[in-house]
This record gives sequence, C-alpha cells and structure tokens, in this order.
Amino acid sequence: MFQFSDKAKRFSWILIGIGLIALVFNFVSFGGAHGEEATHATEAHSDHGATPDAQAGDQAGHDAHAAQAGHGSPEAHGEAGHAVEGHGDEGHHASFAHNKPWSRLLVATFFFVAIALGALFFLAIQYAAQAGWSVVVLRIMEAMASFLPIPLAVMLLLIVLGVVNVHHIWHWMAPGISDPSNPHYDAIIAGKTPYLNAPFFIGRAVIYAIGWILAARWLRSASLKADAGTAEDGTRIWKKARQVSAGFLVFFAVTSSTMAWDWIMSIDTHWFSTLFGWYTFAGMFVSAVTVITMIAIYLKMNGYLPELNQNHLHDLGKFMFAFSIFWTYLWFSQYMLIWYANIPEEVTYYMVRFREYKAPMLTFLVLNFLAPLLVLMSRDSKRNMYFVMVAGTIILLGHFLDHFVMIMPGSVGTEWSFGLIDLGLVALYAGVFIQVVFRQLAKAPLVPAHHPMLTESKLHHI
Amino acid sequence: MDTTKHVQVGSAQAEAHAAHAAETPVLSALFRDDDDLMAAVKAARAKGYTIAEAYTPFPVHGLDKAMGLKETRIAIAAFMYGALGLSTAIAITYYMMIVDWPQNIGGKPSFTWALNMPAFVPILFELTVFFAAHLMVWTFFVRNGLYPGGKAQNPDPRTTDDHFLLEVEIKGDRAPLEALMKQNGAIELH
Repeated sequence: MFQFSDKAKRFSWILIGIGLIALVFNFVSFGGAHGEEATHATEAHSDHGATPDAQAGDQAGHDAHAAQAGHGSPEAHGEAGHAVEGHGDEGHHASFAHNKPWSRLLVATFFFVAIALGALFFLAIQYAAQAGWSVVVLRIMEAMASFLPIPLAVMLLLIVLGVVNVHHIWHWMAPGISDPSNPHYDAIIAGKTPYLNAPFFIGRAVIYAIGWILAARWLRSASLKADAGTAEDGTRIWKKARQVSAGFLVFFAVTSSTMAWDWIMSIDTHWFSTLFGWYTFAGMFVSAVTVITMIAIYLKMNGYLPELNQNHLHDLGKFMFAFSIFWTYLWFSQYMLIWYANIPEEVTYYMVRFREYKAPMLTFLVLNFLAPLLVLMSRDSKRNMYFVMVAGTIILLGHFLDHFVMIMPGSVGTEWSFGLIDLGLVALYAGVFIQVVFRQLAKAPLVPAHHPMLTESKLHHI
Repeated sequence: MDTTKHVQVGSAQAEAHAAHAAETPVLSALFRDDDDLMAAVKAARAKGYTIAEAYTPFPVHGLDKAMGLKETRIAIAAFMYGALGLSTAIAITYYMMIVDWPQNIGGKPSFTWALNMPAFVPILFELTVFFAAHLMVWTFFVRNGLYPGGKAQNPDPRTTDDHFLLEVEIKGDRAPLEALMKQNGAIELH
C-alpha cells in the first residue's frame, strides 16, 4: 500500500502556501490599468514583447483588438472591444487589465482540467481497447481523474462570474452585444447567440462536468469493488467497465471538442477553427500522459510499484513522444492553413499572437516539439527515469505556455505578463493535486488485484 | 511433406551451409514450438554454448535478447537518413522556390527561405520520412544479403511453415549438447 509520506505532504502544503500568496497577489494587485504597473515591477520575467513603450503597446492593442473584432469600417472600431466601458482606448485598456487576474486563473484551471480529464480519457481507452500492458498504472489514472471536480468547480465559478459581468474573458458575454438597438451591437457575435448564450453555456458546462465526474467515479468505484471480490468478479466488472468506457468515450469525443470551443475558442469570439477541439485535446492528452508517467516514476523511485518495469516506462515514454508530435502536427495544421490562406477574419488570431506573444509562442514550440523530439527519440532515454522526468517537466511547462497563449490574447491583449503569479497559481493547483491524488492512491493497493489482464501487465516486455 | 523429399532438400541445403560454417561445426536442432526454442536457447547459453543462428517462421518475441545478439544500430542509421532527407528537402525547396524560379503564390514572400518555411514544412516532413523509411529498408536488405539472385540461407524449408531451427556451435563433445536439445523438446537433430 502506498503511503502519502510526510515529505510529500509538506511539499504539497508549501506549494499550496505559495499558491495562496500568488492568488492573493493576483487579485490584490488589480484595480484598473494603473494598479497593473505594480505587478509588472514585481515579476521577474515580465516580457512585453516588442513594445515596452506603453503608448505603442496601447496602440498595438487597439489595432489588434479592432482587427480581432473584424469590423470593416474604422468608425465601428471601439465598439465591440469594450462593450461595458465603451469609451475609447481608456476603457479598452481597463477592460483588459481588469480581466487579467481572472484570465490567469482560467489558464491554470483549464490546464488542470486538461490533466485530470486527459487521465480519465486514457483510463477509458485502456478498458475500451482491452489493453493489458497498462494495468499496473491504472490506479494512477483513476486517482488523477478523481481530481476533476476541483478545477471544474473553479471553471463553473469563472463562467458564472463571466455571465454576471465580473470579468469579460468571454467577449460575447458583454451586455447588449447581440442587441441591434444597442450601440455595442456586433452582428457577427449576434449571429452566434443560438450557441453562445449564457443559459446554454452554463448548461453545457454543467453537463460536461456531470458526465465526466460520473464516469470518473464509476470507473474508480468499479475498480475498487473488483479488488474486494473474487477473480470472477474482476472479469465481470472489467466487462462492464469496458462498456461504460466505450459510452464515455463517445460522450468525450463530443464534449472534448465543444468544451474547447466554449471555454477557449469563444474568447476570440469572432474567430473559429474547425480543428481547435482536436488541438486542445492533443495538448490535454500529452499533458495527462506526462503526469501519469511522472507519478509512476515518483512511485517507482520511492520503492512502490515493483510490478512497473522499464517496458511500461518505455511505453509511457512513447506516448509522451508520439503525442508531442501529434500536438505539433495539429498546431501546425491549424497554423499553416490560416497563414497560407491569409483570410483577414482568420489570420488576426495569429497576428495578435505573433505581434504581442512572440516570446511565449516560440518558446512553447521549442518546448513542446523540439525538446521532446530530441530528448525522447532514443529507446535508451525513454527507459531512463531521469531523462523522462526532465522531458516531462519540459513538456508540462510548454503546454502550460500553450494554454497561456490560447487564452490570454483574446482576454487581456497587450496587458499580459508572465511571471511568478502565473507559476504560483500552477503551484496552488499542483499542491491540491498532490494532496488529492496521493490520498486517493493511498486508499487502495496500487495494482488492481482482480483485473483479468494483471498477469499480462506484469509480464509486459518489449 | 514426405520424409524422403525432406531429407533431399535438407542435405542439399546442409551442403551449402557447411561451407558457410566451416570453422565451427554446428548442431541443428528442430523444434515444433517457439517456447521450446526459447527454453533451448536459454539452456544452451547457460551452459556456455554459442548460438550460431535461429530460423523461425515468425518473429519470436525476446529471442534476440535470449540469443545475446548485439543491439541493432538501425535506429542510429534511421536518424541519420532522416537528417539527410531533411537536408535534401531544404536544399530542394531553397533551390527550386527561392533561387531558380521564385513564384508569387498567394502573396507569400518568395525571396527568403525562412519566411516561406511554413509552406515547405509538408515537403520537409515527407522527404524526412521518405529517406528514413526507404534507406532503412535498403540497409536492412544489404546487411542481410537479401538482393535479387541471392541464395536462400534457410537450412530447412519447414522453418518457413511451422518448425523452428536452432544452430548451436559444437564445443567439445557432441553428445551432451544433443541431450540438452532433446531435453528441451528438440524433435530432430542434424
């Protein structure tokens, strides 16, 4: 049985402590555009791209946003960008700055939704594909999936706060934006209201949350039930789990895409990409596999999971490698088509990112593609726990930056910075994640005793 | 298959084979099951015998490890072929699209390779894969002597159907090795 060591407990509490400080700073330091200056000063790695000059930054932001809003005529300019403040550049700036703490929270929250949900997806895949090799790491996936309710609760909170206009991360939630008589009317957004409206948006989020959490709970409790029963029970429950997983995967296939459209793509409301759901999914999956692998290595290094051998590690490393490439493939497929076609309504998405977010964007391309490609390519490195740990850290940092660049440009524009607060919010989630996941791991044996393919997994070698 | 025919084939091939393994005489043991083969390989290696070769109708998982074969270097070769393919693709796109005949396609910059690079990525990718895959296959053929007109090295045609043949180098007396093979399920010894 795994024991949540005092050392790990202390470490996670420290993370939570750091995270809470970051959370406080995140919300205290905002208070309009001017309060933001303090934040910039305290952040070590604040990078404003190519426009350190506030005036120039403001101008670029204005242009970028006007372009994003897609208004053809210059006089329509200021309207969509800041429906609430609605008074030129000043309001624009304030709206972006005002969104910033919420956007930061959204980035960290979505990142951890992705990790937990990706683990649930991988768990369901193991059952649906009748996979034998992975039995010794199933419990890690179960424990990770049981973390889902926490980031999802924050997600729902962020959505509700958006609907009641506490922040304007989701631009289409601005009041009056789809009302033709309102001066802030935006015809393009109005055309999307059948899908993008508050009740349906909240309803969808609730349905996603219920569906995923139920699946996670069912698979976890079924697995524990099998432990308590006999070998025949194990087989019977496994068959049932296979059906439930198949059903969940259908649900996930739809909701993983719609979730990405809802929570991330609708931030840049005018813009859309037909493969955005898969792109988000690829990032989600590779992050989750990386965390599964890193937890497995942690357990192995601490003397647990004797059944986990180098071959399991090799296979997990292959998944990390393959899905890093898969993520790059989707990122590039989306990018190249938009770049090549050069249609104004599409290309604004990348213009903002290249103009204002060049550093994080190029960084995550290196971290998410080149680094795993070179580090994890050889068989020996995939079988080396330290190499995989280093690669995993790189991949997680890269995908955090990827989510950052997905969410920030549409919600805070030029007002972005990347620094201690962003990492602190990750630390907060990581601390809670360790608490929840390790407690779950400690509740039951690390290997499901009556899984019908346990022997196959123990004998796994490649 | 009838026995006489088999003996003829077997002896013809054995002659060809004898020249090949002139230095060290080998004992050929035939098995009906890959598990028996694996057991025999492990037992022989444990007793200090060297396995000269194994012939199987399908890849037997873990046999290379059990035989103590050197790890394949095809992965290193693959990486170099891929790098060669990538370089070739860069050279091709640079010469064709930038130097020789720059074209204005959709208003894309056609005077620098770097700015036009995203458009070339599919080519870079395809040629990398093409070079790596094809050259790996040819390397495999060359290393294994598989070329048009090459002679089959298979000592017994039954190993292409449902039999497994193991060649163990004979060290000292032949009898203990024969006994060892029999113990592990050999059905025929040559």
